[in-house]
Amino acid sequence: MIVRHARPLRWNTCAAAAIAVAALTLLCGGCTVLDGPVLDPKGPIALTERNLLFKAVAIMMIVIVPVFIMAAVFTRYFRGTNRKARYTPNFDFYWPAEIVVWGIPAAIVVWLAFHLWENTYKLDPYTEIDPSVKPLQVQAIAQDWKWLFVYPEHDIAVVNELAMPVGRPVSLTITSDTVMNSLVIPALGGQIYAMAGMQTRLNLLADKAGTFWGRNVQYSGTGFADQQFQTHAQSKEEFDAWVEKVKQSGTALDAAAYDALAKPSQKVPVTYYSGVEPNLFDCIIGKYSHGDSDRTPKSSKAETTE
Amino acid sequence: MDIFGRLTIDSLPLYSAVAASGAAVTVLGGLAVAGAITYFGAWRMVMTQWVSSVDHKKIGIMYIMLALVMLVRGFVDAAMMRSQQAIAYNSDGYLPPDHFDQIFSSHGTIMIFFMAMPFLSGLANLIVPQQIGSRDVAFPFMNSVSLWLTTAGAGLMLLSLVIGKFSTAGWTGYPPYSGVEYTPGVGVDYWLWMVFIAGFGTTMTGINFLVTILKNRAPGMTMFRLPLFTWTIFVTSVLIIFAFPALTVATGMLILDRNFGFHFFTNAMGGNMMNYINLFWLWGHPEVYILILPAFGVFSEVVSVFSQKRLFGYVSLVCATMAIGLLSFTVWLHHFFTMGSSARVNSFFGTMTTIISVPTGVKVFDWLLTMYRGRIIFKPPMLFTIGFLVTFVIGGLSGVLLALPPIDYLMHNTTFLVAHFHNMIIPGVLFGYLAGYMYWFPKAFGFKLNEKWGTRAFWCWIVGFYLAFMPLYVLGLLGMPRRMEHYDIAAWQPHLIVAWVGAFIIMLGMICLGVQLVVSIRDRKDALDLTGDPWNGRSLEWATSSPAAPYNFAVLPKVEAREAWWDMKQRGVAYQRPEQYEDIVMPKNTYVGFVIGIAGFVFGFAMIWWMWWLALLSLAVILGAIVYRASDDDDEFVMTASEVKAIEDERFAQLAKAPKNELADEPGFAGEPAAEPAT
Repeated sequence: MIVRHARPLRWNTCAAAAIAVAALTLLCGGCTVLDGPVLDPKGPIALTERNLLFKAVAIMMIVIVPVFIMAAVFTRYFRGTNRKARYTPNFDFYWPAEIVVWGIPAAIVVWLAFHLWENTYKLDPYTEIDPSVKPLQVQAIAQDWKWLFVYPEHDIAVVNELAMPVGRPVSLTITSDTVMNSLVIPALGGQIYAMAGMQTRLNLLADKAGTFWGRNVQYSGTGFADQQFQTHAQSKEEFDAWVEKVKQSGTALDAAAYDALAKPSQKVPVTYYSGVEPNLFDCIIGKYSHGDSDRTPKSSKAETTE
Repeated sequence: MDIFGRLTIDSLPLYSAVAASGAAVTVLGGLAVAGAITYFGAWRMVMTQWVSSVDHKKIGIMYIMLALVMLVRGFVDAAMMRSQQAIAYNSDGYLPPDHFDQIFSSHGTIMIFFMAMPFLSGLANLIVPQQIGSRDVAFPFMNSVSLWLTTAGAGLMLLSLVIGKFSTAGWTGYPPYSGVEYTPGVGVDYWLWMVFIAGFGTTMTGINFLVTILKNRAPGMTMFRLPLFTWTIFVTSVLIIFAFPALTVATGMLILDRNFGFHFFTNAMGGNMMNYINLFWLWGHPEVYILILPAFGVFSEVVSVFSQKRLFGYVSLVCATMAIGLLSFTVWLHHFFTMGSSARVNSFFGTMTTIISVPTGVKVFDWLLTMYRGRIIFKPPMLFTIGFLVTFVIGGLSGVLLALPPIDYLMHNTTFLVAHFHNMIIPGVLFGYLAGYMYWFPKAFGFKLNEKWGTRAFWCWIVGFYLAFMPLYVLGLLGMPRRMEHYDIAAWQPHLIVAWVGAFIIMLGMICLGVQLVVSIRDRKDALDLTGDPWNGRSLEWATSSPAAPYNFAVLPKVEAREAWWDMKQRGVAYQRPEQYEDIVMPKNTYVGFVIGIAGFVFGFAMIWWMWWLALLSLAVILGAIVYRASDDDDEFVMTASEVKAIEDERFAQLAKAPKNELADEPGFAGEPAAEPAT
């Protein structure tokens, strides 16, 4: 190699360039991501999830930052051409170093495990957010390729739109009338799978008014990309008005209308139904769990596992 | 029933120009290879010396060739997806959903099953027997069967581009979507049969290397003197043996569901898709460690050799490898925290997952401490290693985040997850394999790869990687799901364009790899490795000639220390000739492995297209081949002492021409292995 002596220099230049590129990408990302649904949540569940994310990132910096520093310093200082650097070719064991490299990551994991355990219980999607408040019950049914939300208290159903009063917990019971789906509203929380013949649960709460998108994030076929809906978190009055609007403008969702709706369709506009076939949700589950009585839900408390 | 089953003229990919050109490129590529072999009159050589070979080194080379071909194919898929997503804001882009879905399914399938797995098997084949001072693997013929079954799977993968469509169910093939009720047609069957058939090959590879490492070690090569790469292959083999049956069972049951009216995983009739998902990840999680542990092995070798220093914390690294292997079976549920398990279950699996970061962190620090007070030489394999160290910890960070169930509820199924596992698999697995490819290339072919192009390839890969995947982390935080064929959120597009630029730079990296290979072959006479030890190496594979003789070692080495070859050089007993050579019993080449592979390919094809007669016929051929092989007692030959002596004479004549140490001209060279330099 003729350019041999130039090599260490070039290596550093390239490294600097690479770091600059990486920093620039991160910076560009940073500008928009702060307004994103995950880092700017609109409900307590998503907020706690985000705070856990920040805490975990911070604690792991104890390991990450030293790795970056060591990698930068060691590759620079201990380059072969630097004859001033100390060279100990047989140095391959040092008790204190072993203790540190096992001990510090282990300590961090203990810290993480503690927070993990506590928050996993606290943020369990099945747990009711505030036992003192009766949550709004909504049944979510995944279809190809849309979401049907049934409000049993109000005897209404809506395709591809979800409305909820600000400050009142929402308890979603979820199933699928097709393949596996996954329901998430990133600004509020989630996600949980929707599976045919089974019921899963998701408890959410919006503490700020606004319109947040939600969707299926489990790939489900051709119309997957458009399987999304808007969530309107609104005041009690606005919510009641919305319910009224649905009640007045809707047609009935009887068994025949349901079967027509359940056929695969894409980019389905928001559709309102007033008057819902009784026990529609349980019937959809029963359709698949027929002959398998263990999985037929006996009450709204039924769960997929355990 | 029709003899062609459900195969008709409509199965040709004439439904879109993009698909048709993909098929055309595949067919022309195959014809070009066949044409080139014919042009050079090399058919006899290819068949007698390669296809029928049971030599682990040649099998290793063929595995790596397969891996590199599939890397190109998998990369093309990736580039097509990046292009689609870069333009598909409020637009359908250039790929319809049905086609886009096939592409993300084939990208994942190829990269895991037919790029990473063959690459791993290839490196293991090439190096492990030489590192442990063995003449061969334990079961040379089974090795050939493994290769050809893997190739049969890859062949089905390539064929799916030409005849019929590929699966749209993703590389994980989750039912009930992948069930026949929702996805009829041959696509998912292609996926199932290629995974099923290649899986048999991989399982046999696992058995082969476990036995090889346990039984074929040279005298004195105790387990705690094994080089780290061999250790990682050892643990990986154990993982393969325990994990792959789960995949074989899961895919086998789904095959029964789809083709024979079973209801294991269907929505109705008592099926339960959750069982598939558990079985799949019971394989799938160990699988990522199957892939990454050997790469950790390569990094351990490379960092020590190019820091010109003993590997720091050998025992720690071995323990960490075993710990990772064990823990890898305790975390599979973290792939579906969102399936409705209780907080108790999720907490357990989340905690187990974070625990894996401890041995992994130990490894990272031990590699860094190996560089500490070393004399680092920045050859391409070392560049890949340093790039890995820095980049991998970012992936580790995001991995620990995803291990926390509450965070996973938000980030699961988003591009954050995609960024995370690419952050593990590209710097972790692929950089490791590429480092291994450049590090061991001289051992396979007797000349070194061009360093200038290797360095360029590295810089393109690392810069391209950051540009391609850091935006995906951001997109995940913006809520973008994976597998989106189009989208209507404007904020996503700039990041997807940056990611596209990253993919473009990675393409330059791929081109650099290609140029490197061509330039190196052209200029091979300037980079010959005459000593067999081009990097001033430490482990036994550098004791053989480059390329190694068919028997590797004329006389089995006597190992007396951990870094066996370095120790021999220190004690001045390297390159010693025995007083006389002995006869060596060698396995005979055989076409039986190849025949089984071809029949496996035909069997898979017949089952996919419901040509039952052909399936039975090919199954009969496989059984016949096994019976034939089992009753063939004439499967070895003797290489006489004089033949061995002739080869060794040539080796030592070559050594006499070589400089004492091939690394001596390197400015950072720290000196010959000397008897115990003062510390």
